[in-house]
Amino acid sequence: MYEGMLAETVAFRGHNGDLGEAYYARPLGGGPWPGVVLIHHLPGWDEWIKEATRKLAYHGFATIAPHLYFREGPGSPDDVGARVRAAGGVADAQVIGDVAGCLEFLRAQPYANGKVGLIGFCSGGRHVYLAACSLPDVDAAVDCWGGNVIVDDPKQLNAKRPAAPIDLTEKLRCPLLGLFGNDDENPHRDQVNRTEAVLRKLGKTYEFHRYDGAGHAFFNAARPAYRSEQAADGWNKVFGFYRKHLVQTPAARAA
Amino acid sequence: MCSYIVEKAKLLGSAKGANGWMRIDTAHVYYDHPFHAPLDHALGIDFINEAQGGRERVAVELSADSARELVEKILDALATGEREHAAAAHHAEALAD
Repeated sequence: MYEGMLAETVAFRGHNGDLGEAYYARPLGGGPWPGVVLIHHLPGWDEWIKEATRKLAYHGFATIAPHLYFREGPGSPDDVGARVRAAGGVADAQVIGDVAGCLEFLRAQPYANGKVGLIGFCSGGRHVYLAACSLPDVDAAVDCWGGNVIVDDPKQLNAKRPAAPIDLTEKLRCPLLGLFGNDDENPHRDQVNRTEAVLRKLGKTYEFHRYDGAGHAFFNAARPAYRSEQAADGWNKVFGFYRKHLVQTPAARAA
Repeated sequence: MCSYIVEKAKLLGSAKGANGWMRIDTAHVYYDHPFHAPLDHALGIDFINEAQGGRERVAVELSADSARELVEKILDALATGEREHAAAAHHAEALAD
């Protein structure tokens, strides 16, 4: 069986029509392939984020990871990330606009199957929650240990982050997968439980999986937080969730 | 955790980066996920010249223990240095008399 992948930097139209750069990896071959938007963590558009993008492509998902800090460039991703951190981060509305642009990019590809999912890590997990509650055309969303979905201290809200994601849950339109480490402090186990309670109360379609012996960012092999067993299981949960919600059967395609 | 908490110190000095020496006027200090150091969390310091736009930085990412050790050594070096310089100045004044 032929296997191949193309991974490269591409341009996409983001919030306000701004032209940004993204890392894009897709399987070669005929497809059709579902698409995924991968939202990076606060440190930025780093090597691990690009590895994760290629991993999704290896498993059959055309995956685009937008550089959410491109407007602060030019510069290396770490320097640009430092500028964004010093400026208090990126605005939620801008991220949602960039994600919307990436969804459009994915659906415009000739080999796309029309289904698109989101995945995000850390602050990107929070962005996934926001985007899934804000955009009408997401088919599946994966929140990996997104912190600050619940905001207990109103002082954390500001012009860039005006709303607590949990308060937007009513508008969630797609299935949500959440992966969390039980030793994480943000989100803490209690916050994960409270988020799940809101999803259940509102009748949303979701799966939450919690891992003992894991904290924050346990997928990231570049950090001591890496937990190989939990990460392997977590990735399998992601692929299973996407196969269920993004991969169309031949019968569904013909319909 | 991913936070946006940045402490800001106003400075007078210089730092050497990718493009050589530059004047610096600000340090951004934070404790969060690093970009490069193989740590879950690191104390990051970005030395910049904010007056000139702050686009170039000299950066370090340190473990929490390393950062505390560094703070102690900075204070030790300042104390020793200031003591020695004061003694030298006093000696020079005595010679001048």
